[in-house]
Amino acid sequence: MRVMAQMAMVMNLDKCIGCHTCSVTCKQAWTNRTGTEYVWFNNVETRPGQGYPRTYEDQDKWEGGWTLNKRGRLQLKAGGRLKNLLTIFSSPKMPSLDEYYEPWTYDYENLTNAPLGEHTPVARPKSLISGQDMNVTWSANWDDDLGGAPELTMADPVLAKISDKVKLEFEQTFMFYLPRICEHCLNPSCAASCPSGAIYKRSEDGIVLVDQDACRGWRKCVTGCPYKKVYFNHKTGKAEKCTFCYPRIEVGLPTVCSETCVGRLRYIGLILYDADRVLEAASVTDERELLASQRRVFLDPNDPEVQREAERAGISRDWVQAAQRSPIWALINTYEVALPLHPEYRTLPMVWYIPPLSPVVDVVGETGEDSEDSGNLFAAIDTLRIPVEYLAELFTAGDPEPVTAVLKRLAAMRSYMRDINMGRAPNPSIPAAVGMEEGTMYEMYRLLALAKYDERYVIPPSHVEQAHGLEELATECSLDYDGGPGMGGSGPFGEGSGVNDPIAVENFHMLKQRQTTDTVADPASRKARVNLLNWDGKSAPAGMFPPRPGPDGANLREPDSVGDAGLVQPRPAGGSVPGPAGSGTDPIPPGGDWLGGDGPGTQGPGGPGEPGDTGASGTGPRL
Amino acid sequence: MTPTADIILWVVIPYVCLAFFVLGHVWRYRYDKFGWTTRSSQLYESRLLRWASPMFHFGILAVFLGHVMGLGIPKSWTEAVGMSEEIYHFLAVSIGAVAGVCTVLGLVLLIYRRRTVGPVFRATTRMDKVMYLFLAVVIFLGLWNTIAGSVLNLGGHYDYRDGVSVWFRGIFLLDLHPELMAEAPIGFQLHGMTAMLLFALWPFTRLVHVFSAPVGYMWRPYVVYRSRSDRLGSRAGRRGWERVERRRETSTRL
Repeated sequence: MRVMAQMAMVMNLDKCIGCHTCSVTCKQAWTNRTGTEYVWFNNVETRPGQGYPRTYEDQDKWEGGWTLNKRGRLQLKAGGRLKNLLTIFSSPKMPSLDEYYEPWTYDYENLTNAPLGEHTPVARPKSLISGQDMNVTWSANWDDDLGGAPELTMADPVLAKISDKVKLEFEQTFMFYLPRICEHCLNPSCAASCPSGAIYKRSEDGIVLVDQDACRGWRKCVTGCPYKKVYFNHKTGKAEKCTFCYPRIEVGLPTVCSETCVGRLRYIGLILYDADRVLEAASVTDERELLASQRRVFLDPNDPEVQREAERAGISRDWVQAAQRSPIWALINTYEVALPLHPEYRTLPMVWYIPPLSPVVDVVGETGEDSEDSGNLFAAIDTLRIPVEYLAELFTAGDPEPVTAVLKRLAAMRSYMRDINMGRAPNPSIPAAVGMEEGTMYEMYRLLALAKYDERYVIPPSHVEQAHGLEELATECSLDYDGGPGMGGSGPFGEGSGVNDPIAVENFHMLKQRQTTDTVADPASRKARVNLLNWDGKSAPAGMFPPRPGPDGANLREPDSVGDAGLVQPRPAGGSVPGPAGSGTDPIPPGGDWLGGDGPGTQGPGGPGEPGDTGASGTGPRL
Repeated sequence: MTPTADIILWVVIPYVCLAFFVLGHVWRYRYDKFGWTTRSSQLYESRLLRWASPMFHFGILAVFLGHVMGLGIPKSWTEAVGMSEEIYHFLAVSIGAVAGVCTVLGLVLLIYRRRTVGPVFRATTRMDKVMYLFLAVVIFLGLWNTIAGSVLNLGGHYDYRDGVSVWFRGIFLLDLHPELMAEAPIGFQLHGMTAMLLFALWPFTRLVHVFSAPVGYMWRPYVVYRSRSDRLGSRAGRRGWERVERRRETSTRL
């Protein structure tokens, strides 16, 4: 047994409203640069739909992930090592920009510079790739909310796998959202495809990263990743991918996408697994066995033997404790409601999903029957083949059994909790019908419905003895690094050559530039951007919103925070500066229990208020 | 006595260029690992690239091997293993011509693509253009020497293995023969000189990716693990402030 720790995520799809906040904040933090215009580390897809890039799930076409060769051994679907090297000069299976979209901006200048004329001047779309006028014909979420259905939606490769009968019924069926980030797989095929060995898995927390200094732009990872979550930065010529916001994770903060998730549907925690069994688990013959085999790779952090082995492997005690409290472990193993996305790619993905029950509830509700009655719901899950088969193609390689089981548990929780909420005696037969104890079911409800910040994100920080060196806590001068103050711009060998700037320094320049510039942010300059990386969700990050006119008409400026760019400090309570929550904050009565208030204005620091959400832990404004 | 001009042309300039080549790569690698890439433009255009790029790259690999053979291996060695002048000549010209034509055709297509495909042209740096110019001139002169000298026999017979090759090996063996280049045909002189200038430019262009040829991929394990403690955060390490490693005895994880 070789114990390793993996930082993992679970998303509860029933709660996703498709608002794209995660995508936007992620883009602000990581890919708001030239060369990465089309890059979405986090994107939200409407399912059924083609996804991003279009039809990426069709592995017969794109050859991502792993497959079993004739001898039953695991091999990259795109071919063996030699073939991989021989096709290095022109990667045969790399999606072109057409499969993503051609990024564009608008010629806003024309609105003010156009000569006086009969017609109102327009801002025409200009391609960021060719610089020419272009027609906007596709984008990252063009088919959002089933836009263009049924023609566009019919190109969904997952839908194509479902039988024709289902296809015909499809128009009367369902829709849900699927937020996607990099899966940080246990058996990453992007890393295995990288000829340079630049993509690596961190041995401490399993986060998969691209070493930007070692990447040589061979583009094999783009083909190798079946989820198409490695992108090619066409300006720097290097691969980039979701980083699981590792600088935040290292100090115990959740990823930007989780932090800003409006529906609070994301959970982050540790999973312990046996690295020696990964290959065996990825190599099982039957695709439908992959879910079970991946579950068997996970190790129970409460098992004393696992704890002993973890210690032997150098995993510290607090990390094992975090693994015990991990919501991921609970959702995958204890409640068994989370499922992996496309296990048939054999990469053992580590971002799992709780499939949505809402399509079923909606159908039952539309019939006029009681959509919270467990009997009705169970019957509906059994009869409604369409959502179940579709979800099965997404999460269980087509096996409807596990999906049905999960949906029944969610349905059971729904009706079991209704009795409690209505003040009726709880019905123990409901949990029993799905093989759960009453207490377990209630705990699952708590985790899915009520869990607070520190229960949703159980992230042990990396160790204190390293903290000094982590730049977010740097007590040294942040400009004091090899190569001197990074004054921005590009090196002599094209975009982004030269030494990389540490993130904190980039923030410093960004803040300074934004405060002194007289133009709007120019995407051509890599320094002019709001960086959410070190934002802790407390107040609005500097530069995010233009200064608002105050009551006296004067522009209120944000306090100058350049000096301590890494810290976002709450303003003194009782201020009257209008925050993003809308109205200005009310003065707090001295000695008053301001945490117990319920108005959006009573939280003082002008952060996004969480009204009425202060019950359980109640120790700070962030819950 | 060799004229000074010949010494400058065939001794001084080659050494200066090779010094640029070696030291330039060292400097580039230390200063600009992030810029060390192929700078692929496949994302912009792949229809032409699919044919042109492999044609050029496989062609130039064959051409390179041909040069190793022709410049690196003394005539006496091939004769010692019983390879006659005729056989050598036949092999060199036939394989060389095929590889050369592939290379040139690929290069022409690639340059055509680079000029005509808008996004690709936009992504072309000034250094790229200079590099393409030198590379094209070197390759065209090389192909011309093969065709004109060996196939068409223009300007009489010239055996470069008795001339250019000896001069080239002499540069590395400190056995200098500038007079051999001085009496070589003008085609070989130009090919050699532009090649030396290309070597001087090499470390400052995208050609550095040649030294990243990922042959190690054949043997390394599929999934690479690295420890976070290699580097803290995204902050680059400072010279003189390297961490003192306190490895626990148990930390034998990959």
